[in-house]
Amino acid sequence: MVKYILKRILLSVFILFGVSLITYFLIRLMPTDYIDNKYAAQIANGSVTMEQVHEIKTIYGIDDNSFGGIIKGYFSWLGNTLQGNLGISFKYTRPVGTVIAENMWISFWMALVAFVLQTVVAIPLGVTCATHQYSKRDYTLTVATLALISLPSFFLSALLIKVFAVDLGWFPVQGLVDASVVHATPISEWGDKIHHLLLPMLTTLLLSIGGFLRYTRTNTLEVLRADYIRTARAKGLQESVVIGKHAFRNTLIPIVTMMAGILPGLFGGMMILERVFAIPGIGYMSYEALMNGDVPFIMGYVMFVSVLSVIGTLFSDLMYSVVDPRVKLT
Amino acid sequence: MKEKLQNAAAFIRKRAIRFGKAVKKFFTDIFGSDSGYISRKTEKEISDYNRKEIKRLEKEKRRKLSPEDYRTEMQNPDNIAEFDDLKTYFYTDRGTVKAVDGVSFSIPKGVTVGIVGESGCGKSVTAMSLMRLIQGPLGQITGGEIRFAGRDGYTYDMVKIPTKDLYRIRGKEIAMIFQEPMTSLNPVFTIGNQIDEVLITHLDMNKHEARKRSIELLTQVGIPMPEQICDRYPHELSGGMRQRVMITIALACQPRLIIADEPTTALDVTIQAQILDLLRRIKTQFDGSIMLITHDLGVIAEMAEFVVLMYAGKIIETGTVDEIFYNPLHPYTIGLQRSKPVIDSGKERLYSIPGNVPNPINMPPYCYFYDRCRFRTPECKKGYPPFVQLTETHGTACWLHQRSADADYENAGTFTTDAATTDTVNTNTANMPNGGENF
Repeated sequence: MVKYILKRILLSVFILFGVSLITYFLIRLMPTDYIDNKYAAQIANGSVTMEQVHEIKTIYGIDDNSFGGIIKGYFSWLGNTLQGNLGISFKYTRPVGTVIAENMWISFWMALVAFVLQTVVAIPLGVTCATHQYSKRDYTLTVATLALISLPSFFLSALLIKVFAVDLGWFPVQGLVDASVVHATPISEWGDKIHHLLLPMLTTLLLSIGGFLRYTRTNTLEVLRADYIRTARAKGLQESVVIGKHAFRNTLIPIVTMMAGILPGLFGGMMILERVFAIPGIGYMSYEALMNGDVPFIMGYVMFVSVLSVIGTLFSDLMYSVVDPRVKLT
Repeated sequence: MKEKLQNAAAFIRKRAIRFGKAVKKFFTDIFGSDSGYISRKTEKEISDYNRKEIKRLEKEKRRKLSPEDYRTEMQNPDNIAEFDDLKTYFYTDRGTVKAVDGVSFSIPKGVTVGIVGESGCGKSVTAMSLMRLIQGPLGQITGGEIRFAGRDGYTYDMVKIPTKDLYRIRGKEIAMIFQEPMTSLNPVFTIGNQIDEVLITHLDMNKHEARKRSIELLTQVGIPMPEQICDRYPHELSGGMRQRVMITIALACQPRLIIADEPTTALDVTIQAQILDLLRRIKTQFDGSIMLITHDLGVIAEMAEFVVLMYAGKIIETGTVDEIFYNPLHPYTIGLQRSKPVIDSGKERLYSIPGNVPNPINMPPYCYFYDRCRFRTPECKKGYPPFVQLTETHGTACWLHQRSADADYENAGTFTTDAATTDTVNTNTANMPNGGENF
């Protein structure tokens, strides 16, 4: 087991190296960079000359866009990162690590609540769908979830904003705090934040519940057709035991491993959703950074998500050996 | 120019037709020509009919029944189970499959009854109907009675029995051993856990007692080091061991009837012999009946006292094992006997019955074996032959013997030409290994 984990960690070093190299090249090869964006107006009216732009770019370390220049830039980034220094964000003018650490928690809590609710709702519903296959209940739920899966996130969030925020007025349209109110106590401030977060959480929940429910349904159906379910019935066990013990324990195998792999989703934030609801989470921050060509921040964010993905897949593989006695890790 | 266009159009049309034909051929190649294409209209008719039938049957199943409705009387008190005109149908998208269509036979107390027939003839479905393991809503028992003599002295109709009583009988008084030991045990629970479960459910044992009893049972079926095996998972055991575990589970509550559904088919030959040995040994121990389902005549000869032969969802012959082996009546039974390999027979090629089982949907209105039968006469087409009892134990459903039975009845003693035909049939198979070249 320990040997297996060490092997996987060693392997992930190569994966992370590859990811960072490719990402760095892609960002640097983008047609405009941070300085071009920032001084576009000044360049257009002539208040800043091209020489000055070039000088600023040299300070930022993004002046040389030849192959050798990018390689040089990459290794200087890599050297700093290995020393634990992710650099200073161009846009936010603060250390990348700090910006990420400050903004990821709001995304994390949002994703966590949605994830817990989704698990609690989707697994029982998926199992009932499977045990009552082709019933009215099954058809209603599968059609509804198919509709939810098919909707793009920006469309569904716009729809929900229109109905619940604009027409009904139950929730604020966007943002995290109400600027017109001065909060007397921390409790009312928290209450206000939660009030702002309810609608985005609902959207996340609706978007992810469909896939999860269908996954549970398909897996349960497959398990219910298995020979050992017939054996369990032939043993004279109650139907509730057959489903709840013998079938469910087998359905859990793929579900648990899928849940273990959700780690990057929990911390990584949701770019589009946070952007639509203007929630200053990590998704929103990285979207802005991406639009501005903020090289250190994008690199920091991508590496953060990559590390989480690597840990997530390793964790999900480990979970396999925990829930399925047939799997042995060597 | 115009001509050119017309030419091109004609060319495209020709290509399109050719493509259509190729597609059609592709599908008939895959699905077989006779099952091929069903028009939209018939498809809708079938699905409407299925929905209606399933709704009716499910409603009937849910009806509240009083004990008088599902308790009956045995026709013969020496029997443990009696199948009476059992009909189990599957409502598929291509039509109704009559997997079991009017099957009647009985299992006497303490006797092994072998059910023989080729794949898909309805042997397993018959057993599953008794256990009520038919997968609904597509599979439904549509008619008939299965009487089972419970340990409490009542006789239950297993078709109508309410779930409460069913859970009490299933696994406790009727147990089942399945064909596939590889997949029949739950992969995520230990062997001990799976055996204990039965004991805890049916015999109200606590965990500790159950484990003790499980170890005893495992020793009985010849598993070495049962204490350690209890903590193993099914995938850590070989096929033969797993089948022994299945037998242990079946034996756990000392059932009155064990259904063994092809218990040796998935095992290799040496293990097969061991498992059959074990089945024979446990039968003397638990003093119950065994319903042995197989397609292997050798197994039947070794294990069974009575034999029931099935073909395409119907019983074609029943009798004692001697009657079936030394005096087979139905042409199918005769064919089966001939297709058994015999050592030193000096034959180059093993005999096989020509043709295939007819399509289970839309069975012909006459004898189902007609197309493959070597003894068929035009009269065989007049309808499905009724089952006739020729001696107390021996009976068959074949027009040849129908006539001889009638003849015996009308002018007892004199042989009619038809009866003579039957006789030749019998002689042919009696000296099977060397005779039968003219068969």
